[in-house]
Amino acid sequence: MPSRTLSKMPASLGKSLPEHGLLLVLILVLLEGTAGAASSPNVSPQDPGHHGGAAVEGHNISKKAFPVLEIDYHHIQLPFEISLWVLLASIMKLGEHRGMCACVCVCVCVCVCVAGLLPPQCPSPSGPFHLCSLLPPPLAHSAPPPSGPCPAWVPRPGTLRTAGFVLVFLSAGVPWSLRHLWTPLLLVLAQSRHLPPSALSRCPGRRGPHHQALLVLLAAAAVGVATVGPLQLVLHVEGVVDCGEAVHLDVLYHLFDEYSTVGTVTVMDAVLGVLCFLVVAVGGVLVGAIYGLLAAFTSRFTSHTRVIEPLFVFVYSYMAYLSAEMFHLSGIMALIACGAVMRPYVEANISHKSHTTIKYFLKMWSSVSETLIFIFLGVATVDGQHSWNWTFVTVTVILCLVARIIGVVGLTFIINKFRIVKLTTKDQFIIAYGGLRGAIAFSLGYLLNKDRYPMREMFLTAIITVIFFTVFVQGMTIKPLVELLAVKKKQEAKRSINEEIHTQFLDHLLTGIEDICGHYGHHHWKDKLNRFNKKYIKKCLIAGDRSNEPQLIAFYHKMEMKQAIELVESGGGVKLPPSVPSTVSMQNIQPKKPAPVERALPQIPKGREDEIRKILRGNLQKTRQRLRSYNRHTLVADPFEDGWSDLLLKKHKMIELEKKMSNYLTVPAAPPDSPTITRARLASDPQAYQMKQAPEGVPTIQVDLASPQSTDSLNMEDELQRADRRHADRRRRQDDEEGLMMRPPASGAPRGGDSAAEDGGPSNKEQRIQRCLSDPGPSAEEDEDEPFLS
Amino acid sequence: MGASQTRTEDIFQDLSDKTGFSLEQIRILHKRFRQLSGDEETISKENLENIQALDKNPIRNQIIEAFFDKRNQNDGEVGSSVEIGFEQFVKVMCHFKPPTLKMTTEDKEAMRREKLRFLFNMHDTDNDGTITLDEYRKVVEELLSKSGAIGLEAAKAIADAAMLEVASINVPHMEPDEFYEGITFEHFEQILKGLEMESRMNIRFLDVDTSTMHCGKSQ
Repeated sequence: MPSRTLSKMPASLGKSLPEHGLLLVLILVLLEGTAGAASSPNVSPQDPGHHGGAAVEGHNISKKAFPVLEIDYHHIQLPFEISLWVLLASIMKLGEHRGMCACVCVCVCVCVCVAGLLPPQCPSPSGPFHLCSLLPPPLAHSAPPPSGPCPAWVPRPGTLRTAGFVLVFLSAGVPWSLRHLWTPLLLVLAQSRHLPPSALSRCPGRRGPHHQALLVLLAAAAVGVATVGPLQLVLHVEGVVDCGEAVHLDVLYHLFDEYSTVGTVTVMDAVLGVLCFLVVAVGGVLVGAIYGLLAAFTSRFTSHTRVIEPLFVFVYSYMAYLSAEMFHLSGIMALIACGAVMRPYVEANISHKSHTTIKYFLKMWSSVSETLIFIFLGVATVDGQHSWNWTFVTVTVILCLVARIIGVVGLTFIINKFRIVKLTTKDQFIIAYGGLRGAIAFSLGYLLNKDRYPMREMFLTAIITVIFFTVFVQGMTIKPLVELLAVKKKQEAKRSINEEIHTQFLDHLLTGIEDICGHYGHHHWKDKLNRFNKKYIKKCLIAGDRSNEPQLIAFYHKMEMKQAIELVESGGGVKLPPSVPSTVSMQNIQPKKPAPVERALPQIPKGREDEIRKILRGNLQKTRQRLRSYNRHTLVADPFEDGWSDLLLKKHKMIELEKKMSNYLTVPAAPPDSPTITRARLASDPQAYQMKQAPEGVPTIQVDLASPQSTDSLNMEDELQRADRRHADRRRRQDDEEGLMMRPPASGAPRGGDSAAEDGGPSNKEQRIQRCLSDPGPSAEEDEDEPFLS
Repeated sequence: MGASQTRTEDIFQDLSDKTGFSLEQIRILHKRFRQLSGDEETISKENLENIQALDKNPIRNQIIEAFFDKRNQNDGEVGSSVEIGFEQFVKVMCHFKPPTLKMTTEDKEAMRREKLRFLFNMHDTDNDGTITLDEYRKVVEELLSKSGAIGLEAAKAIADAAMLEVASINVPHMEPDEFYEGITFEHFEQILKGLEMESRMNIRFLDVDTSTMHCGKSQ
């Protein structure tokens, strides 16, 4: 066994043996531990009995020693094994990342190996447990979770259109492929010599193999969670594909499950079936929408207890899933609808930290869940009883491929009639090729009831084979294929403010042109929906001021905050954030007209801040260059170098400390690294300026840090501390700035403008951070300030 | 009667060849044109301003202005007309056609440039070939005009930031005393490269004659 492991592991895990050796050792140790523990479950139950017996009888049994240390495995068996599984899954994921293969491939591969190694008493998924705990996370993850970067309520026109297309495609596509697969497979089944006739007769009642075959086909047609990659590339759709297919499969699965109990299928049944399909889908959406609105409404009131915000999001979504399942509606649809409905409102209401929490928790959970499902797959492959039927299996595999291709081509043909921008053959090929079967197919097959489906093993074998085939062959080759075909990749959505402005502009323009043309296209309706949303819904569901915020402004604030965070995390001006690799500043753009001497507005407009920030950065750069250049070309003897190295060491230490701080905090609450404070600290550091008395004759080099005098900076630090203590409020921000001396830069030298303007800059920025974060910040920030002032 | 009909049909055919619309589409547009103009031969700005649905649109004036802008006629003239005829109407509508499957990449590039040119003309109101900071500010203000006081305050800042971004992308290294005049058409193309205008700036022009369905609703 170990040799098998050793031979398979390096292949899938790739290079760097020592690390993998370590991982391997770790895994083996864990396994030994489990095996050892599993073999001694007999100790515990007898102890109490023994003890009791000793107490009661006493005479012929010697008194057992008081149990100081006992092993009680049964007590914790179930949670222990579950945790072990999860741990193993996560360790596999660690190893997988260094490998070269696609994620799913490695998962499956390794899971098979592990399944072969482990003792067979692993927790097998029982229906409800499986359904309720393992399936939702990957689906929730693929559903639009409240964590997207785009603040738009209504998705961009491209997305909406393609989403519509995809959903139509999938809802028609699944039954389509079923129809194509059904007859041939039935024929195969009927004619297969490997089928023991007793199997057929064993079915009580008149349940023929038809329905069972249907169910199998359903499962086999299930496109697993791993499809999204190529489709994302082509259609710029995020995860809608998963949801769509999953939904319809869920619905159809229930449908056919019902059918298989019935016996014969009449026309009435078929009609009712279609009706049922609709009810299930729409009902699921409704349930999800209701829960979504509830969640949005609740999140309006959480401004004082930020800690439990993620909890609301998760629990409401999960309850939507469960409630829908209660009515036999589509739980998956409910989950997706809940997420989609609550997203814009909850995003506006919750704090940045909760946002991050939700995003990463969901990612983590869904990743583990997915891995676990594949582990079960591995276990079932190795351990499960297989009944291998060559014909059935090969026909299934081939038919799946063929049906998919036919489905894609046919449906694209129909849909292209309605689309403005048509899908090309390349797109179609990628869509057809990208149909990987995975977790959902397997889960659905696994959940089949043994009594009702006596040929379950055969079905499972077929499903597993299809999964392996598609995952390995198609999964591994699709990436090079995509590159070969030079498919346009999805743009990394780093929208600039210009793009945002023009997207909005375009929306309005197209709506206007549609109005002039006189026909009510989808821009018109989208616009109406938007206005309705703004007028009524947002007022109810979003707390405070933000309900009125136009989308462009929301986007702008988000962007500014991101830039501020980047600035802070990059060590505050030590290096320029990569997004602004230019030296253009506001003064390049402002038209050359004399600035008014007295400013009517007490507020520093953001444009000025940009200018200030650029000047600061520029000066700081120059400063550092000068410092460095002095160091390099210094002609002075050692006395100066000591002072210098001390200074540099201090600087480095502080930068390291800042970096560490920003690693611990998701968003650093205080900006202790703004260039001004750094400089101030340097300036106020008495030791740095203690230049040793130069011996006679040695030329002294004056270091001019191009920064304000120490006293000024100390004053400014006081200002900042005071600013920290206040809560962010726009009016108060104006007051602050009124109190500061703002000399218009046009009148004085740049340096004069620097010193006063610096005060405005960072405090403004940090207050904006505070506003955006809306966390009770001040006390935390003050604590963090202490170490830096030593 | 017969003669005028064939004449209009000829005109339609002519237009269809020139602009690439199908005959059906031209007929529908013509019906709409007649509706807007009150059965006249030309429409003026008042006709377009009377469309109720446009009232809620924040950039209404720019849109109406674009129809009367001579630059969009590709005749080489500049300035603003007072009235436009059907041909000019259709030429403006031409900017919103979607790309066809048979187009090559060069064709798509040309179409994209045409659409971007239309947008550029909408922003560049004084027709000096650049979008200055003031003009850009005006654009953002108009966009936010329906959002009340918050909009106006932030508009200036947003416009400044946007301009800065354009300058940073196009002219990365400027000395502190240099001055960025304004966004030229090349810079404009550059910053909007990611948006893929040819697939976004489209209106679905109907093939089927459903204008009878809209008659009651459109005004």
